[in-house]
Amino acid sequence: MNPISKIPSSEITPEETFLNRRFFMKTAIWAGSAVATGGMYRAFSPRSDVKSTGSEIATVVDSTFQSSLGADEKVNSFGEIAGYNNYYEFSTDKSAVAAKAKDFVTDPWSVEVGGLVGKPRVFGLEDLLKMESEERVYRFRCVEGWSMVIPWVGFPLAKLLSLVEPRSEATHVAFETYYDLKQMPDAGSAGIDLPYVEGLRMDEAMHPLTLLATGLYGKTLPNQNGAPIRLVVPWKYGFKSIKSVVKITLTNREPPTTWSLANPGEYGFYSNVNPKVDHPRWSQAKERRIGEAGSRETLMFNGYEAQVAHLYAGMNFEEDF
Amino acid sequence: MAVTLSQDGRFHRQLIFINGLLPMVLMGFDAWRGKLGVNPAEFVTRATGVMTLVFLVLTLLVTPLRKLLGWNWLLKQRRLLGLFAFFYCCGHLLTYLAFDRDWQLGTVFEDVVKRRFIAVGMFSFALMVPLAVTSTNAMIKKLGGARWAQLHRLTYYITIGGVLHYYMIVKSDATYPLWFAAVVVVLLGYRVVVSLRKARERVAVGVER
Repeated sequence: MNPISKIPSSEITPEETFLNRRFFMKTAIWAGSAVATGGMYRAFSPRSDVKSTGSEIATVVDSTFQSSLGADEKVNSFGEIAGYNNYYEFSTDKSAVAAKAKDFVTDPWSVEVGGLVGKPRVFGLEDLLKMESEERVYRFRCVEGWSMVIPWVGFPLAKLLSLVEPRSEATHVAFETYYDLKQMPDAGSAGIDLPYVEGLRMDEAMHPLTLLATGLYGKTLPNQNGAPIRLVVPWKYGFKSIKSVVKITLTNREPPTTWSLANPGEYGFYSNVNPKVDHPRWSQAKERRIGEAGSRETLMFNGYEAQVAHLYAGMNFEEDF
Repeated sequence: MAVTLSQDGRFHRQLIFINGLLPMVLMGFDAWRGKLGVNPAEFVTRATGVMTLVFLVLTLLVTPLRKLLGWNWLLKQRRLLGLFAFFYCCGHLLTYLAFDRDWQLGTVFEDVVKRRFIAVGMFSFALMVPLAVTSTNAMIKKLGGARWAQLHRLTYYITIGGVLHYYMIVKSDATYPLWFAAVVVVLLGYRVVVSLRKARERVAVGVER
């Protein structure tokens, strides 16, 4: 005998109820799955616009700096510059850094400048913001193949270094980023050794294009862009422009740099923008300018060849990349 | 008489079809309202690549779920999951041709030779093509079930290649590719264990005789 026919007829669900229940279940599954799928997509898609929280920088004077931008090069918007950041201490997702760095404390702040100098000194944030600064509109070229045009506010690094009186035996300058696992949620899993360190040769550090930036679009730097003070070296790949600097040390040897420590075959000490020397995993001949549809040719030394090429006369760029 | 929900193949198909298309539709909607982020090219490239891996993993999930939970109804839907993997992979390839190669198709070959992670990705894509082509009922009949199944085991290598391709492009934080790798190790490890156990049983039977 078939076991199903043993069920008393009173316990059999009427077909109408069964179908109603079926309709309800299907609707619930439809809704649930669509919300889950859509939610997952949303969770991994870029965040919405960022807002400016900076305050005006009072000490900005008119700049005598001649921007070398082409007529077709537009300055990127604040949202683009402050919404797409490589700052691995906070997140390796460029569109997530702004939100994760929101509460980063950048005041009080001090920068310790020492090493081979006559007058080592600790600069407080207020000293740095008091320095006479100017707007510099620079191209910014990331090693990943994207670029922007950014209106920085800052002063030449040479100006700060002259205050500490570099000794003649100093050949290089080492920089270090603030590091704090409590404030920097991704600092333990970024996949690179931290604190982040960078370095320049003395002549690069003293070059008038090399900037210590304290602002962006006339206001103090957003946290995600390296507040309260960062280096900007426009003819080098972006990772050389170290953020949130706490320490500047003059030395007599080439200092270690974070990315060349992480992967010496891919990132060198110099890392000058050079369309002819490719990164092993991507070409450097072209770049995607943020906000533009197509790609553009990458310029030698990021377009600052006339100003900086003499620093590297006779250098083999395939070896010293 | 209505079928039970777990037997309702049409419902399963519709469910997978709509949910599979949904990310693409949302991406299109975001593109239309200019909300693909600061670098849309990068986002769309990454999103289509990750979707390819997600669907590859889902196809590999079918067999363990059938065997362990008895969800045999999943088998009928595996082809659709695989075709979605191919669909997103084609999208991923298009983003590469458009954004990375600027439609200079002549440069693709030299790029494959030059960059290992591109070679690994291309290899996996090339393996997907015969699987997509033989996904029709007519082709299953033509090849015969056993040979068809054998051919479609290429999915294992495609998935390994896809995850490796993802791992190779990451600059330092390999969290996501490693998550995919862990899932794939479990799913392929399951198959290894099952086949080893079967082999042992065969031997045991042989000994008894």
